[in-house]
Amino acid sequence: MRELEYPFNSNDILKRARRLKRELLARGSGRLKKKIAVLGGSTTHDIIRAMELFLLDAGIEPEFYESEYAQYWQDAMFPGEKLSTFAPDIVLICTSVRNIRTWPQIGDSTEQIARLEEEEIARYTGMWDKLSADYHCPVIQNNFEDPSWRLMGNRDGWDSHGRVRYVRRLNERFAAYAEAHESFYLCDLAYIAASYGLDRWHDPLYWYMYKYAMGMEAIPYYAWNVAAIIRSLFGKNKKALVLDLDNTLWGGVVGDDGVENLEIGEETAVGEAYAEFQEYLRAQKEIGVLLTVDSKNDEENALAGLSHPDGRLKPEDFVCIKANWEPKSVNAAGIAQTLHILEDSLVFVDDNPAEREIVRQQLPGTAVPELPREPEQYLRILDRSAFFEVTNLTEDDRGRTQMMRANADREALKSTFADYGAYLRSLEMTARIHAFDPVHYARISQLTNKSNQFNLTTRRFTQDEIAALAEDEHSITLCGSLADRFGDNGIVSLVAGRVEGSECHITLWLMSCRVLKRGMEQAMMDALAAECAKRGVTKIFGYYYPTAKNGMVRDFYDERGFALIKSDEEGNTIWVLDPVGAYEPQNQFIRVTEGGEQ
Amino acid sequence: MSREEVLERLQPVFRDVFDDDSITVTAETTAADVDGWDSLEHINLINAVEQAFGMKFDMGQILTMKNVGEMADIILSRI
Repeated sequence: MRELEYPFNSNDILKRARRLKRELLARGSGRLKKKIAVLGGSTTHDIIRAMELFLLDAGIEPEFYESEYAQYWQDAMFPGEKLSTFAPDIVLICTSVRNIRTWPQIGDSTEQIARLEEEEIARYTGMWDKLSADYHCPVIQNNFEDPSWRLMGNRDGWDSHGRVRYVRRLNERFAAYAEAHESFYLCDLAYIAASYGLDRWHDPLYWYMYKYAMGMEAIPYYAWNVAAIIRSLFGKNKKALVLDLDNTLWGGVVGDDGVENLEIGEETAVGEAYAEFQEYLRAQKEIGVLLTVDSKNDEENALAGLSHPDGRLKPEDFVCIKANWEPKSVNAAGIAQTLHILEDSLVFVDDNPAEREIVRQQLPGTAVPELPREPEQYLRILDRSAFFEVTNLTEDDRGRTQMMRANADREALKSTFADYGAYLRSLEMTARIHAFDPVHYARISQLTNKSNQFNLTTRRFTQDEIAALAEDEHSITLCGSLADRFGDNGIVSLVAGRVEGSECHITLWLMSCRVLKRGMEQAMMDALAAECAKRGVTKIFGYYYPTAKNGMVRDFYDERGFALIKSDEEGNTIWVLDPVGAYEPQNQFIRVTEGGEQ
Repeated sequence: MSREEVLERLQPVFRDVFDDDSITVTAETTAADVDGWDSLEHINLINAVEQAFGMKFDMGQILTMKNVGEMADIILSRI
């Protein structure tokens, strides 16, 4: 919904919140339902209201538990029945600088201040540990924004008796905890308030009248940030940037002006703005974002522009370059197909409003940020839009561009073989298939949240849920990684089943589309059958639940040799492999090892 | 701006905030007459009214206004 995209009109969102919610709810179904417990240190009513809109717009339908006014600590430590039966999927501890109870006094000794800090920190860590133990779900905690006044003026920021300094010390401790703990995330109130403007943030009327920790107009900016974290945790991040070239990545038109006349680099102010923008985009690769080009240009000119000596982005930074005269929406759809991702995982970045409009109309799921006319503003718009908010950063994210480029090499090799089997053999594939192990929980959870197409049950798991599943003796878990002569794809397939006596019910089966048609699903099936046989399981039940996106696996169990035993009007199907003993291994092309570590 | 004009401009604000196009605002309208006008929604309403008229209420006024007519009088005194 355009009203809910960054940059938004805060007051308008709040004023029309009821109407926007009604319209969002009327928009189809298939939303992810999640329970969010908001444990507040201030009045959280309008925070929840704004958060709900942003989440609904991202396809997440939240149900909220809201603690009584400022009862965050009591609720965390001594939950009432309402909270303990609520079983949250996310806990948000919505505190602010207003919740710091005791401040250093000018006469305090260094030791006294250190003790004060320990006591304050212990109150929070006690809460976090308890919440994590009680609910096994991600906890989001605000850090503290700077206080609204400074007793000593600038000295407040560096003297340990100063409130500003004290807040920053506490924030450092919060960050250290976050770095050391899984499933714990900070919402950076310090940054959000600074970015919004601290004096406007601290609206004293709203605090005294309503006990709002921030001014009304600031609320959507905060809610937007929490929503970004939650979107990211539930796999709603975008995956790729689809970038225009002329007047988007550099000033000028390469085909008309020539490479030497493009504005990029330190020569001009505009050139510097584009250089920093390119630098920012190149850094996106480090967090796993795929860069692609969608440009109306001859390919030769596009590559020449990207090879400009002062440019920060080079042709090899992109996993796909489409420079031609096709409509941009056609190219963008082609990019999604080439990368095996959905169109709604794309962010289309173009300075031309007409091109943006075409893409909005043709590819309704694709994000199309509204760029202002000034190129120096592009970076901030993309940054604040939080398309790629990072909650968990895995090895896989960091190597993604390289993996996708290796895929292009595989495609090139494939075209030299007439026989597909011969091509697969030439890849010299090896797979490691083993039970879910702690070092991979983050990646495993990430995969369950991101995979839409080759996913039989589309069940999403948080990292805590993955850990619980892995440790449950009644479950079989398998994760498979695949390597070949072009590189290691990392973990690409997951299977989980619940063992009930002599039956195994498959609750999770997914595979990354990056390894489609490589025989990995056969290898996983073989591993599952072997594990089942080992545990005395004689029947395996498979379940397929159709979604708008997983049509490609409708016949998956049929192809694996299962028999259909039940289907309903919605297309849900149940399959059985019986007896497991009669199963013939199907994998032909992959050498499989079982060890967890290489 | 007359009191009537203020009331006229308040009406769409009320309709937006309470998502109800049947609301008719008069000087006598109170919170009891509008479905959903509780103390929390009052905050949102006040903010929306302030935006619509480009003015701010002070703390005392927010607490003491009894009906929409009083709200309109304060607005008239502030713009």
